Amino acid sequence: MLDTTGVSDERLLRLREAALRIRENSLIQAEVQGQGYIGQALGVSDILAALYTDQMRFRPEEPEWEHRDRCLLSIGHYALALYAALVEAKVLPFEELESYAADDSRLPMSSMSTYTPGVEISGGSLGHGLGIAVGIALGLRRKDSDSHVFNILSDGELGEGSTWEAALEAAQHQLSNITAVVDFNGLQADGPSQDMLSTEPVDEKFRAFGWEAIRVDGNDPAQIVLGLEALRANQDQPGVLICNTKVGKGVPMLEDREKLHFMRVAEDEWTQARAQLKEVFDNESK
Amino acid sequence: MNPSKPPVRRSGAMSASIAGEDQRTVKAPLGHALVDVAREDERIIGLSADLAKYTDMHIFRDAMPDRFYQAGMAEQVLMGMTTGLAMEGFVPFTSTYSVFATRRAYDFICLDIAEPNLNANFVCALPGLTTGYGPSHQATEDIAILRGMPNLTIIDPCDALDIAQAVPQMASSEGPTYMRLLRGNVPLVLDEYDYEFQLGKAALLRPGADVLFISSGLMTERTLEAAKRLAEDRIDVAVLHVPTIKPFDAATVLRELAADRLVISAENHSVVGGLGESVASTMATGGVARKFLQVGLPDQFLEAGALETLHERYGLDVDSLISTVKNNIG
Ligand SMILES: Cc1ncc(C[n+]2csc(CCOP(=O)(O)OP(=O)(O)O)c2C)c(N)n1
Ligand SMILES: [Mg+2]
Repeated sequence: MLDTTGVSDERLLRLREAALRIRENSLIQAEVQGQGYIGQALGVSDILAALYTDQMRFRPEEPEWEHRDRCLLSIGHYALALYAALVEAKVLPFEELESYAADDSRLPMSSMSTYTPGVEISGGSLGHGLGIAVGIALGLRRKDSDSHVFNILSDGELGEGSTWEAALEAAQHQLSNITAVVDFNGLQADGPSQDMLSTEPVDEKFRAFGWEAIRVDGNDPAQIVLGLEALRANQDQPGVLICNTKVGKGVPMLEDREKLHFMRVAEDEWTQARAQLKEVFDNESK
Repeated sequence: MNPSKPPVRRSGAMSASIAGEDQRTVKAPLGHALVDVAREDERIIGLSADLAKYTDMHIFRDAMPDRFYQAGMAEQVLMGMTTGLAMEGFVPFTSTYSVFATRRAYDFICLDIAEPNLNANFVCALPGLTTGYGPSHQATEDIAILRGMPNLTIIDPCDALDIAQAVPQMASSEGPTYMRLLRGNVPLVLDEYDYEFQLGKAALLRPGADVLFISSGLMTERTLEAAKRLAEDRIDVAVLHVPTIKPFDAATVLRELAADRLVISAENHSVVGGLGESVASTMATGGVARKFLQVGLPDQFLEAGALETLHERYGLDVDSLISTVKNNIG
């Protein structure tokens, strides 16, 4: 557990408000699509708020600015959450959210760099992100750039050998300009992660692979930002922030629902979901 | 709301159904066929890489939990596990999506399974364009990738009947097989014809003097439908169904090519390296020249969107088949 007393109340409120808007933006997309990856999106919103409103350097009007920090989302099905964060970061216009997954939209259901400003890589086939992060980190180092590379990956992606090959490479080349952020939500397509291919204890595995690893509550914004800062201070090793997150976080009716990779939400439930989100936020802000 | 505006179409889940609304379907034919075969054959083992639920393998998993292995999301070692079990005399049926089996795990299938000609069977979902999810999940070139692999049998079933009848033949045949799996509510089409699935054999489903469709997979349902509708315009269309892409039944294809008709291949796959090119090379090497057109997916990364939109856009729908015939006949 990190001591979070150093995170000021104002900063915390800013983070929580950003996460709220990212959740609201995700709900808009999930509702127009009628179903989908809303459980994951709600769970990862605090991480995205920390990265896009507190930690990363970028220019909203110039998504390909050379000196930006790179954030690679390798989990393509989390696309709606990324679009929600890119709206919060003012890279994408709010109005575009309604085109999520629609024909000829710039916001496909699975994120693709060729479609959307601000999206660095194409996801969908899982286990690609960390390897690409290694190459980008090497490239940035060759250019004497101080830009940082983040890779958001899922607990499921830790099953892929390619992820661990990349982890070895990053340590081999002492790529301290990489921070991996694992959204550990305990869920995969066929069921709970521990019943698929258990990767626990994940933090010890990364340490054994030459990384600095910190494990936090991935729905606690203060812990997330402090964890990211601590990892970035390490000049010798790549860092990984393992975030324990809750599927459906912030909307009790979805938190309590059976944990499913593809969550079912009835047509008449979206209004209630939005109301619950606001209610929980207001109660926690008192 | 503007009432004249058409509704927005969107891509659905990874597992979008290919069946039309008012269509006869069978639920999870692969899963049930596999359970039936496994009751008779103790060697059968099921495996999946975090996609049992999305490949109908969950039916087998739930019926025979002690004969199923969940590999987690790790497709390369999934093939390693498949290899080792086959080496020890078991008959694995291994499921994932076509893209992950063919793109990520090719090397492991090729050298460890195909070269020693092990009896291992791959049942892989989302072949060709059966999801609007985008290039990561659209296996538009799976046949092109796999046709060059010696020893491998490639099956492109049309419907639930093809799947149910293919499974026992995959289990009993020597060497590896790969099925382009249709999952979920799978259309039932071929029971209306005098037809049985026979591994390695093409079958004429209907005769016709003017046009010959040579089709596989879900396109056979559409060529049959197109043939029915063209009959109303007095265009007489034959349909040759080729559910085994490799080994290719060149003898039957050449027999059908003997009559001089417009020949159109139709496949749910890229026009590069699939059924159409198999037909073309059979024609050329067999010394037959016919007017020949290929219906299939363009040599491009396809777009994301609603499946229906994409089938129309890329010409896999029945209307496109009909206009291809009308524009090229006579
Ligand atoms: C290489 C690869 N294998 C399989 C899949 C199919 N798939 C999509 S999401 C998923 C679950 C992976 O686990 P995780 O990302 O932790 O899932 P979530 O938390 O979103 O349920 C699987 C197996 C894929 N997209 N890529
Ligand atoms: Mg997960």
